[in-house]
Amino acid sequence: MSRTGTKLDAKKVNSELFTLTYGALVAQLIKDYENVEDANKQLERMGYNIGIRLIEDFLARTGSGRCYDFRDTAEKIQSGFKIFLGITPSITNWSPAGDEFSLCFETNPLTEFVELPDNCSNLKYCNILTGVLRGACEMVQMEIACWFVQDQLKNDNITELRVKFVKRLEDAIPAGED
Amino acid sequence: MSSITISAIRPRTSILDKSLSKGKGEVSLSCFALLFSELVQYCQNRVYTVPELQNKLAEMGAEVGHRITDLLVMREKNGKREIKLLNVLLFVKSTMWKSLFGREADKLEHANDDERTYYIIEKESLVNKFVSVPKDKGSLNCASFVAGIVEAVLCDCGFPAKVTAHWHKGTTYMVKFDDAVVARDKQLEDR
Repeated sequence: MSRTGTKLDAKKVNSELFTLTYGALVAQLIKDYENVEDANKQLERMGYNIGIRLIEDFLARTGSGRCYDFRDTAEKIQSGFKIFLGITPSITNWSPAGDEFSLCFETNPLTEFVELPDNCSNLKYCNILTGVLRGACEMVQMEIACWFVQDQLKNDNITELRVKFVKRLEDAIPAGED
Repeated sequence: MSSITISAIRPRTSILDKSLSKGKGEVSLSCFALLFSELVQYCQNRVYTVPELQNKLAEMGAEVGHRITDLLVMREKNGKREIKLLNVLLFVKSTMWKSLFGREADKLEHANDDERTYYIIEKESLVNKFVSVPKDKGSLNCASFVAGIVEAVLCDCGFPAKVTAHWHKGTTYMVKFDDAVVARDKQLEDR
């Protein structure tokens, strides 16, 4: 639930429309690129574009300030998932240095109705999420790396997204250059 | 009875083993809007003209439509499909619109001058909500995506039609059925 007292009305849409639209997009990418690796990359890029805009929405909705530390970041990312996708991934597997954690998803609206065909075993179906996180964090001067370690679509029990802190970005670096 | 093991690999549970969701899940509008925006940009980068872009959007919409047909028929209609033209149009206007966009389409009209043409009218289309059409692409209508969904649903239900999106009283979807569809519907009425 988003914080009570926020002025912005969290407008919602049916998750099936979202799921199926995303599915149509992924299917189109695979058709167009004929190569699963390229489709993965394209999904990440699209996610990045979404992330750099979605962070605005997140900050406006939650009114949250700077992250105190990376644990704080993890919690904010978690609440972002709650606000935008209506799911609460659990935060687990902290690295001893505290610079890496995992988000574990039991359910995920992106993958409803989805079954990977055999020729797509390398497809990271939800790769758009890695891009979203990278883009969103970059806008708040944080460079992170993000990848999937487990995927329910590949018969794992849960879907696990690993997030690693890379470095703090200085204001001088123009955003979106990579 | 003990079962005999034939393969060491357990078959993975298929998606069909899961029960059908009730379809009440929600995601934030921003998520959908941004995803849709990426989808439009992606299509735009691969085409040269506005009609091509609309076709591409309609193709993507059709992918959604093919899937939603079975889903809705199973969930909302007990697996029974409509066989009458008017009923299938109402199915689109009410059931489909409600489950995808949260409310029914505003109007369903029959063209006065052409018996195979119908209009589904929507004052404010979800997919046009955040789209500002660039000046050089005046005729662009991202509701082509929805037109693609509608067309796929109608065709999958056995009512081949061509559906296009237009700017008229908000967004209007023009549904033009094949002649055979209208003829068949007349036969049904005669009985």
